[in-house]
Amino acid sequence: MFGYYLDLAWRSLKHSKVLTALMVLAIAVGIGASMTTLTVMHLLSGDPLPGRSGSIFYAQIDATPPLSPNHHDEPPDMLDDRSAVDLWRAHRADRQTLVVESPVKIAAQDVQQPPSMGMLLSSTADFFTMFDVPFQYGGPWSADDDMRHSRVAVISADLNDKLFGGADSVGRILRLRDADVRIVGVMKPWRPTPQFYSVVGGRFSHGQTADYYAKPQDVYTPFFTGLDINDGHFEQFNCWSPPKVAGHLVGAGCVWIGLWVELDSAAKVRAYRAFLADYAAQQKAAGRIGHADNTRLRDLMSWLQFNQVVPSDVRVQTWLALSFLVICLCNTVGLLLVKFLRRGGEIGIRRALGASRRQIFLQCLMEAGAIGVLGGAGGWLLTLLGLEWVRAQPVAYADLAHMDTAMFGATFLLALLVSLAAGAVPALHASRIAPALQLKTL
Amino acid sequence: MQIAPILAALRRHRVATFLIALEIALACAVLCNACFLIVNRIQSMQMVSGVDESALAFIAVDGYAPKRAADLNARMVAGLSALEGVKAVGIINTVPFDGRAAMNGVTTDPNRQHYDHTVNTYLGDPASLHMLGLRLLAGRLPTQDEYRPIVDSFVPKDSLVLVTRSLADALWPGQDALGKEFWCVDFHFRVIGVVDHLAIPQPEGRGPGRGDYSVFVPVLPQDQLAGTYLIQAAPQDMPRVYREAMMAVPKIAPEVVYDHQDSGIIGDLRRLYFRSDRAMIEILLGVILALTLVTALGIVGLASFWVQQRRRQIGIRRAIGATRADILRYFQTENFLIVSMGIVIGVVLAYALNLLLMKTYEVTHLPAAYLLISAVALWVLGQFAVLGPALRAAGVPPVVATRSG
Repeated sequence: MFGYYLDLAWRSLKHSKVLTALMVLAIAVGIGASMTTLTVMHLLSGDPLPGRSGSIFYAQIDATPPLSPNHHDEPPDMLDDRSAVDLWRAHRADRQTLVVESPVKIAAQDVQQPPSMGMLLSSTADFFTMFDVPFQYGGPWSADDDMRHSRVAVISADLNDKLFGGADSVGRILRLRDADVRIVGVMKPWRPTPQFYSVVGGRFSHGQTADYYAKPQDVYTPFFTGLDINDGHFEQFNCWSPPKVAGHLVGAGCVWIGLWVELDSAAKVRAYRAFLADYAAQQKAAGRIGHADNTRLRDLMSWLQFNQVVPSDVRVQTWLALSFLVICLCNTVGLLLVKFLRRGGEIGIRRALGASRRQIFLQCLMEAGAIGVLGGAGGWLLTLLGLEWVRAQPVAYADLAHMDTAMFGATFLLALLVSLAAGAVPALHASRIAPALQLKTL
Repeated sequence: MQIAPILAALRRHRVATFLIALEIALACAVLCNACFLIVNRIQSMQMVSGVDESALAFIAVDGYAPKRAADLNARMVAGLSALEGVKAVGIINTVPFDGRAAMNGVTTDPNRQHYDHTVNTYLGDPASLHMLGLRLLAGRLPTQDEYRPIVDSFVPKDSLVLVTRSLADALWPGQDALGKEFWCVDFHFRVIGVVDHLAIPQPEGRGPGRGDYSVFVPVLPQDQLAGTYLIQAAPQDMPRVYREAMMAVPKIAPEVVYDHQDSGIIGDLRRLYFRSDRAMIEILLGVILALTLVTALGIVGLASFWVQQRRRQIGIRRAIGATRADILRYFQTENFLIVSMGIVIGVVLAYALNLLLMKTYEVTHLPAAYLLISAVALWVLGQFAVLGPALRAAGVPPVVATRSG
């Protein structure tokens, strides 16, 4: 029966080529626009650490000093160095890492390339295990290196390709500003989406958050090593008094460091919350900070949501594309209705010869489904074109825009659902055609 | 033209009529909001910078030793000045549309309890202020000895500054800003001049008028402000002069790394800064075009069907005296009624979509003019789309009435 219905659908589609082409085109354009934006949305709103994100937390206390004006409901997005290092040293979480990003001048010994500017991430040994960073050569530094301010570094795959042509560069020396560090590890290509561990300040960004999807940093050094060698080049998130020397933020009245912790049970999360509150209370009692009751411990996805990481342009584009799909849907329903009712005579004959309403309904639905599959194929091609266009856009996430198997399947599923939904009403109408009335007019 | 028979006919095709009206309603909602967003983007792209963008270029370098900053400044200013076509070289921390931007809160409250406004501070030497060529509305420019050294990597302790008109209006509404004071932490500022415009480096998304909340602080760069330079040349020479400057920098200061991202002719920096807006405008125009096409096709499809279905009735009407013009007008009126129905629903949908956008963007309520324009556009679109099928209907000969089927 299925084969016969398919044959009928195919004949019918061939019968009125222009109308069929219009319907397929409308579905294809609607699907293409929606799937392009949904694919981008899917990429940008995903979980950067699937399976792990629930146990990764961003710790905040309000380090604003007493009697400082402008107290907000939310604590500052980052920590001052004193609080950050105190909290990290306490080692109250399963794992913990400090993060601070700064621009650095990079050169390599025996490499005939002029120095370039790159980004340095100062973090601690746990960074690599907490965030599942993959390595192609070597590995992370040890916790001991953190304490001893060791001059060691991990570099990104991109920097390794650029400086060393992709060779195993473990043991080679990198020059960061005026200091030499020894490479201990080279990452595999790694592209957390978004670059979640650096996300801060979303609520001040007015929806212009495309830069949260930038590539990870070029060089990673132990936290204190980074502070030593790149002193004078750190950037504050906010200050309540300007630093005495630009870029030298240790001891200054500024917040500029992030603290991530890993806590793998609800009890530990509760304990860590209590620990943060205790620390804040103790610092308030010592007169260093003004507000003890303003601490936060958000899990990774909540932190991303709080910062509204998906750029507002992308969200609006998705809404536009979905509205457009609904318009295309209305259009297709209208055209299918026209098509089925125009064949009233034919359907009447079939009914008179014994076809049940159900069979007429299924036949019509099959035709709508065939249009959906064709529209889906067209939509898939248009989605590929759309993603090509996204890749040409001047945004940090442009290179991420590609279609994975899930989205490929989703494209056809959406096209089929759309056309079946579009076909249902007209098919119902067609199946209600009274045979006698139609036969009379023949 | 009697409307009653048309409505009676439409009532027999409720589903199809409702669908096409719904399609038009959605089209109307998307159309007005898309146009509104386009106009918003165009307005923000037309932001007045207050400086001569084609005659000025910004050069930013990194990687020098902070201890040798004053020496770098001397070499860069001398080296860049020596280039052919360079009229002047100054030292300034940033320029409009540049990526280097730092904001700070300011307050007019001497006790500094409430910081109400966020401003961007420009720090520049005498040459740079002269090159910016800001239009002074009131007061005066700083004199030579009012350029003071920077303290604590921020600004001088006491500065005599220029503010933009929009900032002056925000800080002291309805008052003369000249001589007024404001503070940031324990840094003190006094206004000596009000300028017409000076856009902040990243003016978008800050709210109406706030893209112009700039303060110009006259400073002596010494070793506190280095690595960022402003050069001036005749607009026609600028592209060449900028290229040569870019090539000259490694010779003037071999130790620095040129910052290609933040350097450029200000006009180019502007284009770069607004390119995501341009891309968004392109998308919106694409949506409008596709929308119009799909809607028109829907109308053509449905009208063609109705014309074909009613051939006999049309023939009969023609036979009993209706003119071609009567038939044509029947289909046109029918279309007008359907589109009007769609527009009525569309107005509601348009405001709903507008509320949704207001959550995402800093857009205001949709002005009624956009609804009016969209409605007119859809009426015209409908009339054009129905014209073909309606003409075919008008061409049906009266003799059809005598045939069966």
